[in-house]
Amino acid sequence: MAALLIQNGRVIDPASGRDGVADVLLEDGRVAAVGAGLSRLGAEVFDASGLVVAPGFIDMHVHLREPGIEHAETIESGSRAAAAGGYTSICAMPNTIPVNDSATVTNYIVERARRSAVVNVFPIGAITKNSAGEELAAIGSMIAAGVVAISDDGKPVMNARVMRRAMEFARSFDLPVIDHCEDLHLSAGGDMHEGLESTRLGLRGIPASSEDVMVARDILLAQATGARFHVAHLSTRNAVAMVAYARRQGLPVSCEATPHHFALTDRDMAPYDSNYKMKPPLREGADTTAVIEGIVSGVIDAIATDHAPHPGSEKMQEFERCPFGIIGLETALGLALERLVHSGRIGLGRLVELFTTGPARILRLERGTLGVGAPGDVTIFGTDFEWTYDVNQSFSKSRNTPFHGAKFRGGPVATVVGGAVVWRREG
Amino acid sequence: MPAGLLGIEELERQEIEAILARAKDFQPIQTQAQKKLDTLRGKMLVNLFFEASTRTRTSFEIAAKRLGADTVSITAAGSSVSKGESLVDTLNTLAAMRPDCIVMRHAASGAPHFLARHLAIPIINAGDGTHEHPTQALLDARTILDHRPGLEGLRVAIIGDIAHSRVARSNVHLLSKFGAQIVLCGPASLLPAELGCLAPGVHLTFDIREAIADADVIMMLRVQLERQHEAAFPAGEYFQFYGLRLEHLALAKPDAIVMHPGPINRGRELSSDVADFQRSVILNQVENGIAVRMAVLERVIG
Repeated sequence: MAALLIQNGRVIDPASGRDGVADVLLEDGRVAAVGAGLSRLGAEVFDASGLVVAPGFIDMHVHLREPGIEHAETIESGSRAAAAGGYTSICAMPNTIPVNDSATVTNYIVERARRSAVVNVFPIGAITKNSAGEELAAIGSMIAAGVVAISDDGKPVMNARVMRRAMEFARSFDLPVIDHCEDLHLSAGGDMHEGLESTRLGLRGIPASSEDVMVARDILLAQATGARFHVAHLSTRNAVAMVAYARRQGLPVSCEATPHHFALTDRDMAPYDSNYKMKPPLREGADTTAVIEGIVSGVIDAIATDHAPHPGSEKMQEFERCPFGIIGLETALGLALERLVHSGRIGLGRLVELFTTGPARILRLERGTLGVGAPGDVTIFGTDFEWTYDVNQSFSKSRNTPFHGAKFRGGPVATVVGGAVVWRREG
Repeated sequence: MPAGLLGIEELERQEIEAILARAKDFQPIQTQAQKKLDTLRGKMLVNLFFEASTRTRTSFEIAAKRLGADTVSITAAGSSVSKGESLVDTLNTLAAMRPDCIVMRHAASGAPHFLARHLAIPIINAGDGTHEHPTQALLDARTILDHRPGLEGLRVAIIGDIAHSRVARSNVHLLSKFGAQIVLCGPASLLPAELGCLAPGVHLTFDIREAIADADVIMMLRVQLERQHEAAFPAGEYFQFYGLRLEHLALAKPDAIVMHPGPINRGRELSSDVADFQRSVILNQVENGIAVRMAVLERVIG
């Protein structure tokens, strides 16, 4: 296999503590060397002067819609969008048709990814059969087939007893249990965050408490079972505080935040525009602030997009009829740079952690590092060039984003997977 | 975007004053033998009601006809909506027939706002979900002004299912723009605390007596059982604590008026004797509805 020499970039590798200008040599799909003045006869050379060279980014929360909902996204199209967002690895949530609740479906996803994906795809299995919240899915065989976590994302396990059993079983395999924390009785019928804006717009609210009570329940169950528990897309100040509390107790609890939950509040919504409709909903200013504080303090381990494609026809309806979710793979880094780095809240080292070592540690992936011998996954990004997001140019099959037309300073420049450049910014 | 009328919140006070003044001009016409003008002759208005309505639809239709416009009324049942056509497709189809305006009622909050972004035709909101009902607030203001010299400083109690009421929201925005004191009253489950921040001059209370004390205007709202998705208060206890009875009226100003957007449920939100009370202006509201909607139609398509 050909070699790739990435020269003169600012190499930021949180796993090794490296932050400085260096060359990175990839050979046979792996990191062969990192250091000054590297050379390799016949290697393709990538000039990364003025750019950051980081371990390949990992998005632990993506909906690829395949199998079953291929008109919204496929493993191929989603993986291309991921590459254009600087991601080299993505985790596929199980709410496909059929639900990924068995080794058969897991095998299908792994095989489809092997044939069509341009980035690494790691499936996440369902907690319960058909994500119905009743009977445990074939968790052990799915692990054997390659799932890296279990979650009934979008259809949270309401029965605490079932969740307890799932955590106990997952613990036997040291598998993280990811929960989309939402009490479905409290949130029933809600379309946006419950607060002044929902009152003003006459839309039914999704109270912060619907998230908080489930985060609390799951932390207590994690304590009782010893399972590793991960809060998906946390969005409320209480959720951040409770995860911080769990950490202080030494519990194996982790969490992720999405770019839209630190970049937008319910007041930023264009009224009745379904591109602002997602779960959890955009919360109020105090919640957004708490999420950013959590990122700064380290309570929040990872940035994940919750990339959720829906075709235009489904989003072109009355707000209350539109499905929840927005795409996010291509805008995550731009938003993180703008809201977290350029605003002075975190440095680039911490930013890279949130996209690499954070998710890798939770999922026990031997990635997210540029250590010699590690997989040759590299994300090359700039921090200064200006660009505008045009969703009509997106690699995703869907267009549901509130960030169309947004201007960014800095973003992905090239994505390298297994030693090969799979995407490169044009111009 | 063509200027329709989507809500009161985004209207300037001057625009509201202009509509109310014009509505006053139209009031005498309602009782004349010859009620028809030709202001909107040759114009076509489509009444598109996705939700049951008798008074609002009829009121818009009469208002349009009194201005000389042609009208077509469509209700969701029996239309292509019931055949699964999407809202956007339905509206595009209607817009292709080149009406001058669409008057629309829909059970989804924001449905007219969503359509206004995608259609090049003025839309008048005749009630969207639990959001706004702008012409109701305008006719309520017209009715109050028939009994008071101005809205500023008036104490207006709005009592009932505030959470689910588009009438309450539109009235709060309108009255607040004119400096009225607004007291919203209902059980806590129908009176979220955020309502207190909806506009300046709004106060909340759970006590109907406190709400009515010294009021100039008592506005009762219908309990919108169809919009409540679970029991918000114990069955059968509503009237006991939030129903308006004759004895309450003694707490208000001596010349206080009682309003209700209709349809009224005697014995649920107000007692039968209150409905028939001499200072109840419920039928004046209905009458003013036509004058106000004439003023709105003239402004939008005139």
